[in-house]
Amino acid sequence: MSATRTEPRESAMEPPEPTGKTRAARHVTVVRELGVVAVLVLLVAVTFATNSRFLSEQSVRDLLLGAAILVVLAAGQTLVIITRNVDLSVGSLVGLIAFGTGKLLVEYPGAPLVVAISVGMLAGAAFGALNGALVALAKVPALVITLGTLYIYRSIDHLWASGQQINAADMPPGFLDFGRSAGVLGIPWLAWIALVVVIIASFALHSFRSGRELYAIGSDPDAARLSGIPIGRRVFAVFAINGALAGLAGVLYAARYGTLDATVGTGLELEVVAAVVIGGVAIFGGSGTVYGAAVGAILLTTIDSALPVLHVDPFWQLAFVGLLILAAIGLDRLLSVRLTKRMKGRSAHAV
Amino acid sequence: MPSDAGSIAAARRSVLRSVAGSWDFVLLVILAAVLFGAIGWIDNFAETITVTFLLLDVIPIALMATALTLVIVTGEIDLSVASILGLTSAVLGQLWLSGFPLEIAIALCVLLGAVLGAVNGLFVAGLGLPSLAVTIGTLALYRGLAYVVLGDRAVADFPFEWTTRAISTIGDTGIPVAVLPVIGLALLFGVTLHATPIGRALYAIGNNADTARFSGISVSWTKFWTFVASGVMSSLAGIFWTFRYASARADNGLGLELAVVAAVLLGGVSIFGGRGNLIGVLAAVVLLATLQRTLQLASATDEVLNLVIGSLLILSVVVPNVVQMLRQRIRPTVLEGPTP
Amino acid sequence: MATRAAGDSNTTPILALHDVHKAFGAIRALRGVDLELFAGEAHGLVGENGAGKSTLVKSLAGADRPDEGVVLLDGEPVELAGPAAARDAGIAVIYQEPTLFPDLSVAENIFMGRQPLKRLRRIDTREMHRRCAALFARLGVSLDPQRPARGLSIADQQLVEIAKALSFDARVLIMDEPTAALSGAEVDRLFTVVRGLCESGAAVLFVSHRLDEVFALCQRITVLRDGAWVSTDATSDVSPDDLIRRMVGREVSTLYPKQPTQPGDPVLDVRGLSRTGVFDDVSFSVRRGEIVALAGLVGAGRSEVVRAVFGVDRYDAGSVLVDGKRLPPGRPAAAMRAGLALVPEDRRQQGLVMELSVERNTNLTRRWDLSRLGLLNRRRERSSAQEWTSRLRVKSAGVTAAVSTLSGGNQQKVVLAKWLATRPQVLIVDEPTRGIDVGTKAEVHRLLSELAGEGVAVLMVSSELPEVLGMADRVLVMHEGRLTRELDADATDDEAVMYAATGHSEGDR
Repeated sequence: MSATRTEPRESAMEPPEPTGKTRAARHVTVVRELGVVAVLVLLVAVTFATNSRFLSEQSVRDLLLGAAILVVLAAGQTLVIITRNVDLSVGSLVGLIAFGTGKLLVEYPGAPLVVAISVGMLAGAAFGALNGALVALAKVPALVITLGTLYIYRSIDHLWASGQQINAADMPPGFLDFGRSAGVLGIPWLAWIALVVVIIASFALHSFRSGRELYAIGSDPDAARLSGIPIGRRVFAVFAINGALAGLAGVLYAARYGTLDATVGTGLELEVVAAVVIGGVAIFGGSGTVYGAAVGAILLTTIDSALPVLHVDPFWQLAFVGLLILAAIGLDRLLSVRLTKRMKGRSAHAV
Repeated sequence: MPSDAGSIAAARRSVLRSVAGSWDFVLLVILAAVLFGAIGWIDNFAETITVTFLLLDVIPIALMATALTLVIVTGEIDLSVASILGLTSAVLGQLWLSGFPLEIAIALCVLLGAVLGAVNGLFVAGLGLPSLAVTIGTLALYRGLAYVVLGDRAVADFPFEWTTRAISTIGDTGIPVAVLPVIGLALLFGVTLHATPIGRALYAIGNNADTARFSGISVSWTKFWTFVASGVMSSLAGIFWTFRYASARADNGLGLELAVVAAVLLGGVSIFGGRGNLIGVLAAVVLLATLQRTLQLASATDEVLNLVIGSLLILSVVVPNVVQMLRQRIRPTVLEGPTP
Repeated sequence: MATRAAGDSNTTPILALHDVHKAFGAIRALRGVDLELFAGEAHGLVGENGAGKSTLVKSLAGADRPDEGVVLLDGEPVELAGPAAARDAGIAVIYQEPTLFPDLSVAENIFMGRQPLKRLRRIDTREMHRRCAALFARLGVSLDPQRPARGLSIADQQLVEIAKALSFDARVLIMDEPTAALSGAEVDRLFTVVRGLCESGAAVLFVSHRLDEVFALCQRITVLRDGAWVSTDATSDVSPDDLIRRMVGREVSTLYPKQPTQPGDPVLDVRGLSRTGVFDDVSFSVRRGEIVALAGLVGAGRSEVVRAVFGVDRYDAGSVLVDGKRLPPGRPAAAMRAGLALVPEDRRQQGLVMELSVERNTNLTRRWDLSRLGLLNRRRERSSAQEWTSRLRVKSAGVTAAVSTLSGGNQQKVVLAKWLATRPQVLIVDEPTRGIDVGTKAEVHRLLSELAGEGVAVLMVSSELPEVLGMADRVLVMHEGRLTRELDADATDDEAVMYAATGHSEGDR
């Protein structure tokens, strides 16, 4: 066989314009996240037009307080879903840690905030690590394992609480104040914490090798194994981190509401997964950003508070969430089909 | 080669071993142990009233789990089952309030279940979207619509004859009459799954959808119909639920989807699709209900039950893997070599 | 060339295997293999499927650990504990199906886990893209480092893999059937790149069963048979016939026993079949008792055409007629009812359900025929499966054995059994003998010949020219999605087919 170079054939439809393709790929991701932002802005605008008090300081603060907890959870869940896993136990974990935080503070009212947060996050990390270990051990989808721990963590919560309730009145006022009051720039402390979590998680995913490896694992686990990525360790770590963030969310919950029983956080896992999916994180891993998931979480919370203002029967709220999820995954499919089409064709050629 | 008698005997032994070692068998043993233990130690357990309540608990879960088994065997999942139950219940209540005769209301509700299932099927089979995400969406949507229909009201003024019919028993056996149609349906699904061309297709799809398509099986249609079946069975569960508790509410069966999925997985159906059978699933459903009843009679709280369900679910998937790993540690088992 | 390989560096091979054994349960995949790779040489590794080539590659890649024997790197024994260890040792592996992350950019794919860092151990994206572009420039390709890997052609994916190997200065490049999915021009370009790598001192292990390519590229060739080393020779000292004899272990004889038949009426009629960007205006017919071969290069659109004919894939224009009646598009079940059968290209992914038993696989196409009133009778299922598997002489531990436990040849027989059981009047076979042993190959050929003798119309897609010329009555040649020539098998030769397949006209000869 001779080494003569045959002129490679260019696909008739697609001119050799690799930079155009790159732009297309980025375009799609941006469109996807901007789409959620646009829906959010539209919703806020319409609601504001209906009732200008929707953007009053008080209601914005309430909205941020409500969103903060969901955003923290969405950030953690994003890490998990990017690796093609899912953690359904976060709702139970939030309940358990929230109750534990309440117990701790009732017992030791003088405990500093940092201690409460650290204990909550450490405990959460331990439970998350248990999820991670079981997922690694069983080699079945995390869906099954975390469905199991959803039950287990919730029943630990119930057994511990055994019917009692912690009231806001029993909690140290300083802690409750932290959960409600505004901090720097009039923005609630909870929202600041959520923002920091999002920035750190996003930065880590984007700028560190281990962060990029999470995308690789979710994108193609077999290829990840062949590239020597320590999948087991990474997935374990991701579950532990997600557990820690669920623990943090539990502490924040305790601070925000003060009144705690064993039903706290029931069903929250589905809301979190919904926020992440709406925010453009692919349910089968490999793509999506923490920012997108955070916007998804804010959108869900905003719907909650906008509906009464818009005089929509609040019973419509859940139905809207469902429609949003369906629209989001439908849009994802549409965009990815179009992207794949545009990316097809030969683009490498002899120079 | 199976030509000589020795190897046939060996094959028989291995069949025996595989039956004894099968997860169904383990489940049945656990179920028997729990039953005997409960009869022995708990005073009221052997009474007919216990049997009645136990079976009444079993019915809705069994209905949903039966159809969900088909869905999971094809490698998909339906998390919207409990929301369909709730929406059906709400619609049934609303129709009754609006003056529809119950016979027609029930027929409409079954139809509604089929439509809701068909919507799932359309998204999953028609558009090729991941069923996990789709049915999380419809889980919210259908439950949301239930609230839209009935809000936080409860419709409780169903005619007495209907609500008693739901819990009436066959003579003084304590066995609810409603169990009979459920057994019929379970048989129908069991036969479909294990002894018809459709069942063979379901397993083929779950293991390798490409090969199924190349073998003339319409993968999307088949999946579509499993979702419709799941919708119909969930609506039947909703109708039963409404009459059994004489209450139509939007939050009926809230969160029950996880229990149903847990029962199916505990029953040995692989979440990856292509493996599992209905006997295991029904055994798991009965086991869970029995545990619940037993723990209630032993005046333990429901939370202990959830602890048991969760642990069983995890053990059922972790233990086989650990055993295999240990086996491999001891001696390397026959692995299927990679494509040469 | 061969002397240069051993001569210009020192006499220690970069990488050597000594007496390596590896067993998977009862299957002894490697039985004492020796192999030496010297700097600057391209070394061919050939053998039949099942000879142990892939296991050998996996041992070198760190994916499988040998049970016995040593791997020597620069003369020192090393333990390749995993893919990462092999990579650190400077060994790069390019698999037949490249393994890239579709969602990540090309540059990230190349540098995954080794991205250039700046302060605070952050990834230096700009530097990464710059290095990636430099690698591509070295390889003479223009791929955008920032585009996602999704949508790359297999050839481009392989170039990315090679760039990856270059990026960590791999001294040993192992390529496992890299050309299986490439067109002629792409193969040429790949070889140019590989020759460049050899000149810069790397050792290349080229695993392939395309002997012409092995001869074109390699300086030395090693033959494996049944997991054991057979020979290693300088390319100049052996002929392809020698190699085939060593691979097979016996003389190759009468592989293609096509009996002449009297073709009957046309039964399959394909008219103007088109699918945008895949194939265009394909028309042909196949008569009863006739074997028609569809030849062409990989990627010419042959498999796509037969899949569209069978209804697994859609088509945009044209029609498929069986016995003069039009088949509804996109409905394999309707095609089956009309008497079509398709033995697909990819046995494991399309032909079989690997986890299910031989019985379930064999009966998959006849589920409804075996049922009465919609119910299946276990005994009928069993006897049907036994009948067809014994007719095709499938060797297995019984029809209840999982089909994954069978050898490749027997698996292919199960696929054939599954389709012959439908008693088709048109049998389409796509690469019917790919990756199966020579004995089974002959059986398959005899079978196709017999079927044609019984009046079945056979349409055969094949990339093996001897098979095409030996079996077919007529040869249709496809080139870049179009049917370019029709040749009478008796009046043509492999050169004529190759010319048509590469897009040359008869006048060029």
